[in-house]
Amino acid sequence: MPEYTFRVNGEQVTVDVPGDVRLLWVLRDILGITGPKYGCGINVCKACTSHVNGRAVNPCAVPVADLRPTDEVTTIEGLAATVGEDLHPMQRAWIDHDVAQCGYCQPGQIMAAVALVRRVAAEGREITDADLDGLRNICRCGTYFRIREAIRAGAKDM
Amino acid sequence: MTGSNDGMPPDEAVGRRRFLGYVLAAPTLVAAAELGVTASPDIRPPSPDIRLPSPEITEILDLNDMMTLAALPTSGLVTVEVHPDGTVSFALPRAEVGQGITTSTAMLIAEEMSVPLDRVRVTLADARPELVFNQLTGGSNTTIATYTPIRVAAAVARLRLLAAAAVELGSAVTDLALKDGVVTARSGASVGIGALAGTAASTRTRQVPVTLTPREDFTVIGRPQNRIDALDAVTGRKKFTMDLDVPGAKPTMICRPPTINGRVGPVANLAEVRAMPGVTDVVTVSTGVAVRAETFGQCIDAVRALKVSWKPGTAEGKSDETVLRELEAAELPIGLRPPTPVVEERFTFHFRSNSALEPNCAIADVRADRAEIWSSLKSPIVAQQAIAATLRLPVGRVTVHVTEGGGSFGRKLFSDAALEAAEVSQKLGKPVKLMWHRADDSRQGRTHPMATSRVRVSYLGDTVLSYKQRHTSVSTDLGHGLGEIITATAAKLPVGDIGFSETFFQLSQTMSYDFGSSSRLLSETDKGFNTGSMRNVYSPDVTCARELIVDRLAARMGRDPYRFRRDFLRNDRSRAVLEKAAEAGGWGRPMPAGTAQGIAFHAEYKSVSAALVEIDCRPETVGRPIRDGVAGPRVTKAVFVVDVGLVVNPRGLEAQMMGGIMDGIALALTSSLHLRDGYFLEASWDNYFYTRQWNTPPELQIIIMPSGSEKPGGAGELGVAASMAAVACAYGRATGTMPTGFPINHGTLSFTPKPTVPPVPPSPTDGLDHAR
Ligand code: FES
Ligand code: FES
Repeated sequence: MPEYTFRVNGEQVTVDVPGDVRLLWVLRDILGITGPKYGCGINVCKACTSHVNGRAVNPCAVPVADLRPTDEVTTIEGLAATVGEDLHPMQRAWIDHDVAQCGYCQPGQIMAAVALVRRVAAEGREITDADLDGLRNICRCGTYFRIREAIRAGAKDM
Repeated sequence: MTGSNDGMPPDEAVGRRRFLGYVLAAPTLVAAAELGVTASPDIRPPSPDIRLPSPEITEILDLNDMMTLAALPTSGLVTVEVHPDGTVSFALPRAEVGQGITTSTAMLIAEEMSVPLDRVRVTLADARPELVFNQLTGGSNTTIATYTPIRVAAAVARLRLLAAAAVELGSAVTDLALKDGVVTARSGASVGIGALAGTAASTRTRQVPVTLTPREDFTVIGRPQNRIDALDAVTGRKKFTMDLDVPGAKPTMICRPPTINGRVGPVANLAEVRAMPGVTDVVTVSTGVAVRAETFGQCIDAVRALKVSWKPGTAEGKSDETVLRELEAAELPIGLRPPTPVVEERFTFHFRSNSALEPNCAIADVRADRAEIWSSLKSPIVAQQAIAATLRLPVGRVTVHVTEGGGSFGRKLFSDAALEAAEVSQKLGKPVKLMWHRADDSRQGRTHPMATSRVRVSYLGDTVLSYKQRHTSVSTDLGHGLGEIITATAAKLPVGDIGFSETFFQLSQTMSYDFGSSSRLLSETDKGFNTGSMRNVYSPDVTCARELIVDRLAARMGRDPYRFRRDFLRNDRSRAVLEKAAEAGGWGRPMPAGTAQGIAFHAEYKSVSAALVEIDCRPETVGRPIRDGVAGPRVTKAVFVVDVGLVVNPRGLEAQMMGGIMDGIALALTSSLHLRDGYFLEASWDNYFYTRQWNTPPELQIIIMPSGSEKPGGAGELGVAASMAAVACAYGRATGTMPTGFPINHGTLSFTPKPTVPPVPPSPTDGLDHAR
């Protein structure tokens, strides 16, 4: 079987799996990294949101063969390490605002929020209501309002 | 029911806080209390002369009383255990699915034992058949039923710890103080509770009388507390069923029929699919064809490759229109039209999905002589019994572990995935990690049944003479859990043998307004659908219909909708939440054309609630561009006021109300399933429009009313009904047309339905192109 090499949460990994298997299953079923959640498998619910080279990506829609050895995949488990702390400021904001209910969507929500704040910062502006309206992650527990508050707070510390 | 100890003779106040607990024979301190026996001492027995349809049966006995009554004969104990490391553990016989009950439970223990919250570990108990009715998470009953027993067990532990410390420190118990998990004597000497865990233990099981902490001394209960699992949730460490590492349990999915409950026929290409990459097994089971593979991705590919002949299901050829005709035929008579003026309407509520974000899933490891199951189950004893029967194993050989759930909304009262996983594992002789694809979850999973509600109100001058409501619904499956309780207790209730759906309906609905003689009846039809009670069961639809009629009635009588409600509500507690909502929401403020306010009221679970919303129905808002989603009217502001009696965790209560508001918005405006040719068109979240960020009110305020009550009310579902009704009323006022079909956008299909064969869509491959 073919082998694919890339980086996950700061470490290089090599997996032995057909190239069309989507990254979500490589992470969860082969590498045992279960932070990214399955909610649809067709890139619409965003529960699996993770980062590839710092940008938000949905691994349920990425064949593992698309990754290069230098590509850095960050899942929720590796987010804090990207800032060299126990918790990323966005995770801290999430705790302060007591956002999570069942928690199933939250890894994806946080990863999407961090990417949004970076994007908006790169454009040299503040987060707007329209930016928040544009987040597509579903939360079936309906935590949306606290998510909005947490993102605004977390952005200040990023 | 309400009222504090104020003004009560002190002895009586203490008496109401005095209970019997136990210390159990164990090497470490284990304190216990009986679940159920200690609860609700003031439930009045139903008086025999009350018959349906009588006014307000819920004032005599409501659903929660019945669930508490049902638990009375059981002898199962809940136990608080103190460990040598100074931590306290408790296995909660309930399911945590996001409602925050592990946190509120830890708070009760921390309060009564004076230990820091972070030293209390709350886990979820395995199925415990001896608890009979006492291991059912539903009807927003958890806090109501466990509030006293958990505190009694903790109080016993506290008493034993103090007694052990007295010996240890050579001091009288009265000279000891227990604080932050440390016992300190007047002399200054101290000892941690961990060091006392062994000496405080008992060699035999004994009854211990305790007096609970009075409400005025609370330092934990009633203070806002963040969730105890928040850190795990934000770091990805929180483990849901599919995150568990059970040796050998490989990903498993089922290839399902194209129509609801279609039956499986021959498979044309079994050998070919068995040879696909990663696939370890393919086998026909009762619900379809199971595929087990190294990854779920390979399961999806194999499911898509299977060529199966399918036989008809249980809703063959049916559509929204045909079901509507069935409902019309099943509606109970509303009687002759009275000679007085009437307001009358029939409302339609379409099928809605109660998918959680975590799809149906379970792990099963079935061996020849035993089985082990992991799943988030709100009714684990019923699951255990059903699984044992399916596998032909004695109940005692089936272990059911209750895992943390990724949402429930009614789904987890049932054990569809656990039963399936057990069947597949037995057939294969291998452990399986079974998950429903989202498309399966949406199309074959349980739904909130389609229903109609006909309301007729007669009035004369300023008086409302009568209110009649005939709710007609596709049958709601209450058969797993709640149903057992209801069946078992129905005979004790003043409702005769009307069956448990009607019993449930009568017990959960209440008439809050002084509307003369009132009657509400439920009729159910067609058991061909996979249904379940979605968050708040009948109430959102029933309340929405009622509140819209109240608006129309007020208009007919030339009254303001808020003042009309206030004048007709039956008690001060109800009026207080309504008045608060009107005041905080600025009722009656001038609004531009195409926008409006709506206000609504709902009482249930011994709680009262009111919602005020503002909605924007202007064309530029309704038509704002949203990719792969629906925009629709925007709720721009929501104010929700709630009085649930005693609040254990205000922060958690706010969270539950917030979720209920999002559900109410979805039910009124955007979320429904379309039935056509025996299947639901919706196959994923890009078809089923649950509230999203772009539908979320940018302004949101939740107000918890102060309460002198000694008792908590239920809250897990309470937020939905008043929210849905307020949004519907606001929409009616903004557009000038009272909506009669829900959700209001059901008539427009906003997506292209996905194929039904193969039953699941392929995963896209262009993920990296959308990196942002
Ligand atoms: S599982 Fe990846 S977006 Fe839904
Ligand atoms: S917290 Fe449950 S889905 Fe978001």
